[in-house]
Amino acid sequence: MIRFDSIALTQGSFHLSNVCFEVPKGAYAVLMGPTGCGKTTVLELLCGLRAPMSGSIQINDRDVTTLSPAARGVGYVPQDGALFPRLTVGEQVGFSLRVRHTPESEVLARVAELGEMLEIGHLLGRRPSGLSGGERQRVALGRALAFRPSVLCLDEPLGALDEDMHHEMCSLLEAVHAETGVTALHVTHSGSEAERLATHQLRFVSGSIREGPSGAAKE
Amino acid sequence: MSQPSDIRDRGFLLFLALFAGLYVALIVGMLIADATYTTPDALLAALESEEIRYAAKLSFTSSTITALLSVWFAIPIGYLLSRTSFPGKALVDGILDIPIVLPPMVIGLSLLILFQTSFGQAVEGLVPVTYRIPSVILAQFAVACAFAVRTMRVTFDQLPERPEKVALTLGATRAQAFWRVTLPQAGGGALSAGLLAWARALGEFGPILVFSGATRMKTEVLPSTVWLELSTGNLEAAVAVSLLMVLAAITVLVTARALGVRRGW
Repeated sequence: MIRFDSIALTQGSFHLSNVCFEVPKGAYAVLMGPTGCGKTTVLELLCGLRAPMSGSIQINDRDVTTLSPAARGVGYVPQDGALFPRLTVGEQVGFSLRVRHTPESEVLARVAELGEMLEIGHLLGRRPSGLSGGERQRVALGRALAFRPSVLCLDEPLGALDEDMHHEMCSLLEAVHAETGVTALHVTHSGSEAERLATHQLRFVSGSIREGPSGAAKE
Repeated sequence: MSQPSDIRDRGFLLFLALFAGLYVALIVGMLIADATYTTPDALLAALESEEIRYAAKLSFTSSTITALLSVWFAIPIGYLLSRTSFPGKALVDGILDIPIVLPPMVIGLSLLILFQTSFGQAVEGLVPVTYRIPSVILAQFAVACAFAVRTMRVTFDQLPERPEKVALTLGATRAQAFWRVTLPQAGGGALSAGLLAWARALGEFGPILVFSGATRMKTEVLPSTVWLELSTGNLEAAVAVSLLMVLAAITVLVTARALGVRRGW
């Protein structure tokens, strides 16, 4: 479960005030809104990459407002993937486990499992340069899922993909959500993406977040 | 048929090429003048001099130590300036530029005076510095490190911060994100910083002359040799030593660049 309660943030000329919303546990929430309205900022607040001026953020009834990003257990898939340029795909996927000093055998098993689930097993020894847009997003997704986060944040993960790849990735996200049961918050501009994936739609309207027209678009 | 805009573009490119050509011609002209002034025999004769061989050994060793020390300091300083905000940052940033803008002699004199203070004397009690080999390295480091810091600051400024932030969400501490994600990307910058520091250190003269002296077989480095040979009227030896420094600098530059290219920097 994700809960934003009266969150306010000012950064330069950008303001957010009284942002409140809730995403039930296991839901796939899609957040939509015009460019520059603060969708990415909401994800960064949830991940702990930005600190609100006031209000509170809860994940599964735990107040995480002042916790560091590392302590929140939120998997983050940024817009461009933001892969680590000098690490191989396998090293990226195993990154979160290695920094937790997980035994190497478990790391390798998890990397192999995600490699199979996301169909990136054949890429594990490669570095990110030269990967296609779809491959990069799969790697970023695998990297974010490796430590079994309770919440997954996706920032326009399908924005730069062609139509075929977009369709394929939508299917993959549906399958991943069904298999992991992770609570997801997915930011997008695409109405069709929202219709297809969302169990819970959220919209930025005049600086605040409202439940979308179809509060339970997909059950 | 050429369009008027093509002619204007060519004129502009010619204008750019004129300035580039003039400066390149100046550099190449200086090198050719050096090379043609002396003969290979004179160069070999210079290299046979025990004093010059000692100066070359001290120059290359001290420059390498200085370059490594400079990169060692420049990485944390550059990262701190690039990624954090703290009170007095602008002041610290300005202070770090002082060695770049100060006249070299003033740096040497300032070091000499620093080691006359009670702090400096305490250090001298532990490790003798002034007019000894450590003073050569310290004089080189005082200047070279500032250039390395600037290079590393720009390197970190140009690296996107997002992968590092993602690493934090994956459970990494800031130190883990730095070591595992950011630093491996900064290899090319560190190589450039090291090369720049090495070249600066090799050419350092003023601060070493004041702080270390130019005693033969003790604190004499190659730039001091050029000066000593010139002051005794031995122009051939001065040119030979200058050419030696040019050859060494080109060799190090080419080798390091090749290494960087091979490692994908």
